[in-house]
Amino acid sequence: MRRYSAFAIAREVLRHHQGWERAWAKPEPRKQYDVIIVGAGGHGLATAYYLGKNHGITNVAVLEKGWLGGGNTGRNTTIIRSNYLQDPSAAIYEKARSLYETLSQDLNMNVMFSPRGVMMLAQTEHEVRGYVRTAHANALQGVQTEFIGPERVKELCPIIRIDGPRYPVLGALWQARGGTARHDAVAWGYARACSDMGMHIIQKCEVTGIRTEGGNVTGVETTRGPIGCSKLGLVAAGHSGVLAQMAGFRLPLESVALQALVSEPIKPCMDVVVMANTVHGYMSQSDKGEMVIGGGTDGFNNYTQRGSFHHIEETVRALVETFPMIARLKMLRQWGGIVDVTGDRSPIISPTPVGGLFVNCGWGTGGFKAIPGGGWATAEMIAKGAPGPLAAEFGLNRFREGRFIDESVAAGVAH
Amino acid sequence: MLLITCPNCGVAAEETELHAGGEAHITRFGPEASENDFEDYLFRRENPRGVHFERWRHANGCGKWFHAARCTATLEVFGTYSAQTTEPPREILETIRAKRPAWTWRDLK
Repeated sequence: MRRYSAFAIAREVLRHHQGWERAWAKPEPRKQYDVIIVGAGGHGLATAYYLGKNHGITNVAVLEKGWLGGGNTGRNTTIIRSNYLQDPSAAIYEKARSLYETLSQDLNMNVMFSPRGVMMLAQTEHEVRGYVRTAHANALQGVQTEFIGPERVKELCPIIRIDGPRYPVLGALWQARGGTARHDAVAWGYARACSDMGMHIIQKCEVTGIRTEGGNVTGVETTRGPIGCSKLGLVAAGHSGVLAQMAGFRLPLESVALQALVSEPIKPCMDVVVMANTVHGYMSQSDKGEMVIGGGTDGFNNYTQRGSFHHIEETVRALVETFPMIARLKMLRQWGGIVDVTGDRSPIISPTPVGGLFVNCGWGTGGFKAIPGGGWATAEMIAKGAPGPLAAEFGLNRFREGRFIDESVAAGVAH
Repeated sequence: MLLITCPNCGVAAEETELHAGGEAHITRFGPEASENDFEDYLFRRENPRGVHFERWRHANGCGKWFHAARCTATLEVFGTYSAQTTEPPREILETIRAKRPAWTWRDLK
């Protein structure tokens, strides 16, 4: 792999950009791999990357039914934060956030990580109490957050109306090292690094069946023929339930549509990410100047990657109330993704009833921020055959045992 | 936007009138149930990409619960029926099978 650098750009400018090589190879699938990962989104590619980097397993294929990073990885609003309440969540999300800090150097791909700060507004007394508690919990967990007052909110983000008639801003949970990153570049960076290690990334290859023998996985049926493997990782977000059904078990998930939209580009007007959970909306400004907006999920099961229009209306209404200056902005694009939501709003990183078959799913509305940490933990689990310390609490058994990791507050708004 | 006819009041209700209530026909197990049955009842969901039986409430209408058969991949509604049933009525099953011959649902015959 030719490394990207300022020198490489200078060299290619002189050569009329004829020397850039393909970022990742386009191989034909082999008959057998040590590990197959289903789903070439952020978590799937990060799992493959850390299997190679941390555990030396490089005979790996990543199968993708569509195109690389075309699912939720390319559809989210790119927010990165780790201000969760429970210890296991703080551990894995903070691991992910800290890996994001150096991900560009690690992958030799500029993922444009921008730790611009994330604030979650408190607009009711309950939210104030909730976030003060979270700030204390974060202090114990070693995650740097603080509860700030309304004046500081206004100082950090001047376009917020803090004295609105319905829900005045009473404060905010502020994570200064949270922020955003370029979502496509995260997928591309991992894919390029995986391909460089000799892994196969096979796009337009849909898994149609899972082969088992004596309760252990032996391979998958795909639209490009059967492929054997000794270990299989299902990292398919909203479609995890469909794959689990092929393997003969059910997951505690519901797949629903989550929408996002962007406005026309405008001059820089906010340099932080703001989430307003009470009125239900969140917004940040992209480097292109578009206001990136997200809101709530639909209430019903849905696999169409389209959402209902009235949710956009609710989200926009909430944000116009919070940021009156956006009232006359035109919206450019709107899209939807299928998110897999668990009962306790925490992910599942777990072995399954089928031997050699592992799942990474249930990230629901907030998986992008966790990509490096989720991949790290899933790779460790697949390599060693059992979950490591990061993944241990996120097993499927937590539902039977009643050990929920309740993050309904931290995930109070779909994010 | 989804349009679903409420079988209780006969109104073709828009999505904003309705509240989705999750999977229908989930069996509640009694005091002697195994942990596995109870976990199934509480957490494990069919979550199909295809025809789904769901509970809906006509929240901003007659206020009553009903069941609907709907495809989660195309949003096609195959019919609605009373919530006072333990399994889908025959005519709904026939409508679904006429359009989706290979369709199966849990252990429904």
